Order: sequence, then C-alpha cells, then structure tokens
Amino acid sequence: MWENWKVNMKNEINTFSDLLLICGQKNKRAYELVQEKEAFLLDTSIDEIRLKVKKSLDAMKNAIKIGLKSDEKSISKQCGDDCKKLQEGFKAHPALFGDLFEKITTYALATIEENLRMGKIVACPTAGSCAIVPAVLIAISEKFNISEDEQINALITAGLIGSIVQTKVSLAGAVAGCQAECGVASAMSAGALVQILGGKEKQIVHSAALALKNILGLTCDPVAGLVEIPCVKRNAFLAVHAVTAAELALAGIESKIPPDEVIDALTQTGQLMSPLLKECSQAGLAKTKTALKIEQKIFNR
Amino acid sequence: MKQSSLFDIISPIMVGPSSSHTAGAVRLGILASNIYGATPKKVTFKLYNSYAQTGKGHGTDKGLLAGVLGFSVEDVRIKNIFDLPEAKEIQYKFEFLEDFNRHPNAVDFIFEGTQKMIVSGNSIGAGNVEITKINGFSVKLSGEYNSLVVIYKDKPGMISKISGLIQTEGVNIATLVCDRTAKGEDASMCICLDAALNYSVIEKIKKIDDMYVVRHVGKLES
Ligand code: SF4
Repeated sequence: MWENWKVNMKNEINTFSDLLLICGQKNKRAYELVQEKEAFLLDTSIDEIRLKVKKSLDAMKNAIKIGLKSDEKSISKQCGDDCKKLQEGFKAHPALFGDLFEKITTYALATIEENLRMGKIVACPTAGSCAIVPAVLIAISEKFNISEDEQINALITAGLIGSIVQTKVSLAGAVAGCQAECGVASAMSAGALVQILGGKEKQIVHSAALALKNILGLTCDPVAGLVEIPCVKRNAFLAVHAVTAAELALAGIESKIPPDEVIDALTQTGQLMSPLLKECSQAGLAKTKTALKIEQKIFNR
Repeated sequence: MKQSSLFDIISPIMVGPSSSHTAGAVRLGILASNIYGATPKKVTFKLYNSYAQTGKGHGTDKGLLAGVLGFSVEDVRIKNIFDLPEAKEIQYKFEFLEDFNRHPNAVDFIFEGTQKMIVSGNSIGAGNVEITKINGFSVKLSGEYNSLVVIYKDKPGMISKISGLIQTEGVNIATLVCDRTAKGEDASMCICLDAALNYSVIEKIKKIDDMYVVRHVGKLES
C-alpha cells in the first residue's frame, strides 16, 4: 500500500477534483486515502495515525466538558461567561431548532471560551476557530450515538478539507481574513457532518464549497487584537452555518461553482482584502468607538 | 510545495488563546532555552510589535517563560506560570518594544548565567516559529528538525570537519546555513538533520579546536 503511494505521489490530493477522481479510481473513501497517505508520510501505521486523531478528538471532548462548567473570564476580562448564559437561556426557553441546536451552540461557546481562558483546546484549523469542528462533530455524534471509529473518520475528512484549502491559501486571518479561519472550519465541519450522516464524497466536497461560498469576504478585525470579539460568537454562528451547508448537500444540492474554483475565489478575495482588515485591528469592528474604549481599558493605554 | 499534513489542520493540542501568540511563544521559549543549553539565572524577554502590543492579552509573556522552563504547549499550568515554584527559581523580566524592522511577532531572549547569550526569533503563524539569530549570528532553525548549532572561529576546513563527523553517524544533512562576522573572526553554522545525533559525536565536535558553542537542539513535538 505504501508502495502504491510512492507510485501515486503524482496523484497527491491537492484539489477537490483530485480527491473525487482518486476515490473513484480506487473505490475508497476520502478518509481511507488520507490515513494511508499520512501513514506513508510519517512512516508509521494507519493505527498510529488513527490514534493520533483520537488524541485530538479526546482533547476536543475534554475542552467541551470543562468549558460547559466554567464562567471564568478571559485574561482581558472581556469574555468568558456567554456559554453559561446560553445554557441558562435554553433552560428558560428551549431553542427553536431543538436540542441539537442547543448542543452545537453551547459546545461551540464552551470550547472557544476555554481557549481564551488559556485552557487546553485543539487548533482546528487555528486556535481562534477551534470550536467549530468539535461543536458540530461531537454534538451530532452524541445525538445519534455515532461510534468512535466513525467520529475519527469524520475528523480525518474535516482535516482533509482544510488541507486541500491550505494548498492554495494559508489558513491565517493575517493572510486571508477570517474566511480562511472560521470560514474554513465551517467547511470542514460541513464535510464531517455529511460523512456522519451517510453522504458520499461528492456531497462532502459540495457541502464544503457551499459553506465557503457563503462566507467569502469575512474579515478579521478583532477588538484590541485579541481572539475574543468577534471570534467567540462567530464560532457558534459558523458551527450552525455548517449544518445548513451539510443539509443542502445531503439533499443533492451542488455548488454551481465547482468546489476548487470556490477556493480560488476565496484565495483571490483574501489577496484583495485590505491589509487593515487582516488581523491587525486597524479597521472594522476593531476601530469602532467602543472597541477603542475597550482597548484602552484592557491595556491602560 | 511542501506537502500539507492532516495534523497541520487538526492539531496541535495546545493551551489557548492564540497559535502564534501563545503556542508559538512556548515553542520559541523551548528552542531558545535548548540553544542556551543550561538553566539560566536570569532571562530578559524583549517582545516586539504585535507581540508587545497584544501579547499580554494572549498570554505571550506566560508562554515565553513556560517554554524557557521546558513546559509543553499543552500544559494547563501555563495560565498560572508566574505563581509556580518553577518560575521562582529564575529571575525574569519583560520589555515591550516597537521596531518595524523586526517581524510583527519578534522576541529576543537575553540569557544570563554561566554565560550570556542572546537568541532572537519570530512566531510566523499557526504555531510555527523560527530562530533567526544567536549572539548576532544569522541562523535558521524551526524546530522541525533535530539540529546542530555551532559557533566557532572562522578558518578553512571547519565545515568539512564538522560534516565529516556527522557523516560517520550516517545521518543525512537536510539544510545547512553558515554566517560569519568577518574573515578569520567568528562564524556560525546551523545544520538541520534528518535524525538525532549521538552524544559521542557531539562530544567529538566539541573537541575540534576553536569551537565556542556546540548545541544539539532537538526537534519540537508537533
Ligand atoms: S476574527 Fe480573526 S482572530 Fe478572530 S477568529 Fe477570525 S481570523 Fe481568528
């Protein structure tokens, strides 16, 4: 099998169309190809690779568990108690979209708030967007009793989507805005969700494209330069956003613009985005009157 | 293009809140203190630009100190590092500076103890880091490889002596960066290796005449 990969190094999975082609040719699922490739690259076994993925999965679950119970504020004291508020809110008024919606949004806030109080999280793909994939993946898995093996498969699929985007654009707010962080995390989550719900590779790829198309142009303008405002709530929003993309794709709806071209559009949008809106907090939300006041309060400037 | 790995996307497991400002800071601290090679008595951290401006809110100061003390990026004690006994064993201070000739996330470590050493580095995104200077010499070290850092007196034959000793081990050299102050003065070499070097070879390299600093810097956990 490793030999196969050597022969096929030309067939690297760098695009969504490569992926669909190779899956078709080899009659394999995306996650199977990825775990074989990783085992080859890291010179280890598939079991070892899956164990490493499980470590990330377990760390995600842990962050949710701890985060749900905490309302400790972040270093800046600006954030940290939204998860608690949301849980109390749902007790008073159950979510319109039901318990799954409650799980996804509270898990997202639990994780991202753990992140900003210096708790242990998994950068997925980044720390600022760390809550989207776990919220979707773990909420669904709990709701439908998904086996750990399938959760690992789904997390591998999510990672594959991120790495395909990354071959064209660096997943950093400073390079391409938040579309490349929370946006990509949302696309990753959509793909994972489609896989868990029984969708095929083509639907996985289209769910990612649909999610990405809808967040093109999302800027990165964090208040006071901290991964807090708007990042915390954005993680909850984009977790839910992933569900919409997955539902559409599962119904057979496709992105009219092919998925690889959507990545091209994201890359170009990132290049054209003003540098002032790429993580340096020189415009947008970060330069509002209130943001400046908050900044002054935090740093005593 | 370097192949992107699954684990670039679904890891590292780290303490938040920022891969560049927290995890990157820890990793820089680990590399810098491995280069220093001993427990320092005192460390001065000079943080530049974005590291200086938003560092405190991201725990960059805590991360840097934690790294120097050998903590891993996922150690939840980092949050309270200033109160830990480990942190009370050494003296440290932070300076916050602006210098737009430097990288947005740049830091200098000034180590004092048995010897003085200045190590400079940058956090270049997604938790990746680079050490750029040691005592003013240009180096290139990312923690991706096991590396050998050598500072020595510039004279003919030094590169072949060192690489010859590495070759006796059968270890492949991935990259090699050399720098010097002037002909016949001090020079530095930073060698990235495909495997770790044996202790005995490192000792042999140390015994070559006119070696000032020889450090084997281990690969960072990913
Ligand atoms: S707004 Fe910027 S800092 Fe916040 S999550 Fe998005 S990319 Fe990261």
